[in-house]
Amino acid sequence: MKDLKIAINVDDLTVAYNYKPVLWDIDLAIPEGVLMAIVGPNGAGKSTLIKAILGIIDPIAGSVSIFGKPYEKQRKLVAYVPQKGSVDWDFPTTAFDVVLMGTYGKLGWIKRPKQAEKKAALEALEKVGMLAFKNRQISQLSGGQQQRIFLARALVQDASIYFMDEPFQGVDATTEIAIINILKSLRKEGKTVVVVHHDLQTVPEYFDWVTFLNVKKIATGPVKDIFNDDNLTKTYGINYKVAVNK
Amino acid sequence: MTISEYFELLFTDYTLGTITLGTAVLGAICGMLGSFAVLRKQSLLGDAISHAALPGIAIAFLITGTKDTNILLLGALVSGLIGTFWIRGMTHKTHLKSDTALGLVLSLFFGFGMLLLTFIQKQPNANQAGLDKYLFGQAATLVKSDVELMIIVTGICLFVLLLFWKEFKILLFDADYTKTLGFNTKFIDILITFFIVLAIVLGLQTVGVVLMSAMLLAPAAAARQWTNKLSVMIFLAAIIGAFAGVFGTAISASQNNLSTGPVIVLVAAVFVAFSFVFSPSRGLLFRQIRFLKNRRDLELKKTLQFMYGIAKTHENISHPHAIRILNNFHGFTRKTLQKLEHNGWIEVSNQQWSLTNEGFIEAENLYNQLLEND
Repeated sequence: MKDLKIAINVDDLTVAYNYKPVLWDIDLAIPEGVLMAIVGPNGAGKSTLIKAILGIIDPIAGSVSIFGKPYEKQRKLVAYVPQKGSVDWDFPTTAFDVVLMGTYGKLGWIKRPKQAEKKAALEALEKVGMLAFKNRQISQLSGGQQQRIFLARALVQDASIYFMDEPFQGVDATTEIAIINILKSLRKEGKTVVVVHHDLQTVPEYFDWVTFLNVKKIATGPVKDIFNDDNLTKTYGINYKVAVNK
Repeated sequence: MTISEYFELLFTDYTLGTITLGTAVLGAICGMLGSFAVLRKQSLLGDAISHAALPGIAIAFLITGTKDTNILLLGALVSGLIGTFWIRGMTHKTHLKSDTALGLVLSLFFGFGMLLLTFIQKQPNANQAGLDKYLFGQAATLVKSDVELMIIVTGICLFVLLLFWKEFKILLFDADYTKTLGFNTKFIDILITFFIVLAIVLGLQTVGVVLMSAMLLAPAAAARQWTNKLSVMIFLAAIIGAFAGVFGTAISASQNNLSTGPVIVLVAAVFVAFSFVFSPSRGLLFRQIRFLKNRRDLELKKTLQFMYGIAKTHENISHPHAIRILNNFHGFTRKTLQKLEHNGWIEVSNQQWSLTNEGFIEAENLYNQLLEND
């Protein structure tokens, strides 16, 4: 890494549902400009970590800062791609409308999207290769297309930091390649991208930074330094053999 | 009175005009707000709120001793809101699922309300009769001031809806995402819920506690079938609600004064049934027709492909073959053969078929098309 300016700083973050801690005392400093995977077994708290950082879930303790300032003041710098399954895709709206929602944050209360916002939404649709589907009712889109629409909605926010919750879940190989290319181009533009990721095989190929999580933070750092059997075993509890391309 | 007499009287008879306007406005506001409830998958919330309003009516009567509609409805509003916040609290703070919380609040409040009603009826007070009209509603008791109140509330509701349109829309679709954009989702949520409670309370006099939720859900469910656009859906739901109100009143007035509330609800249900069957994109009828048509098309294409397979092996693709050999193939029927000929893909003569040039090209493209449509 050229410089290690910290984009996201998580301090002592603890989250519990009921009585059971889901995240325990997480400290995390994510440098600017990395493409980072969060990996860990089911129930490790990967999605919860993102949601707690974004204030969707209230943590029991801890704080989050973005470029040195509290997250609440930096919301406009942060974009979020939720899990595809978190919404009802039978909602009466079009692909274009969903992408346009990405502009709502900067518009603020009451103001309606105008020509500039609509143009931005069309550009984002084009970037994810979905321009031809802009008027399609969202339930008529395939799973991969729905994922691209969510990605476009985040792109239109024109943020510095992107959080994505399993963007590769249930998409075909073509969409996966399309998405990873967009993520890599975001990194090229100097943006920071944090992705909850399941497929350990592709971590070294896709990402340059990785965080191992299983309720506690196991390790975080450059993929080439810390993506190894030792950390995988610590995270997943069993002797995890993966082919690490070195 | 027949229905046509009713519509003649509508513009001359003052009482009838008031009642009809009232049920129309009520249907419209319920349709509008019901769309929100349906899209948020809170269909049962309306049922719980309307039942939760009953004890408020009884308590308001016990405290004031009057049967002034506005005071009783104020009581209904307060206990409806209390019920709503209990439901919210229960789902947020305990492990109970929302359907459990809704069911609990519904039966608890309704039971308490019925207890109070029977208590009131036992009291030696000449003024006590008639509170039970809030159970099933009585549109005939609507007076001008009631309808004016409905119009004012509907106007405010419409204004707020237009003002916060963007915020409502995004919250309905994706609440978590809305929060990350910096919107106060709790405020939007409470605003929507408050208006739903308000609409329900307004409807209690006309439709009653028991059937009120149908007023919210039926127009919205019907409207959803006809459109894939939120604004159109809400507009349609309002129109359907208003129509159900007018027709329900007309039928009940012309048929020996049948109870208006249930008739309105039944008319709304007819709209729902009609929409479920006849909507072009989502309706059962057209879906079935499309299904059969697609099946026939596939049958046709399979036969064509089979013919293509045979024709390909000959130098001249239009070399004739006996129809007999198609019998080995199950997709073939006389009808498909006629259709193929009609499309100009084959020619039939002397119990023999031959592929035309168009037919050959069509068959060749078939495989590619199947891939594209995927």
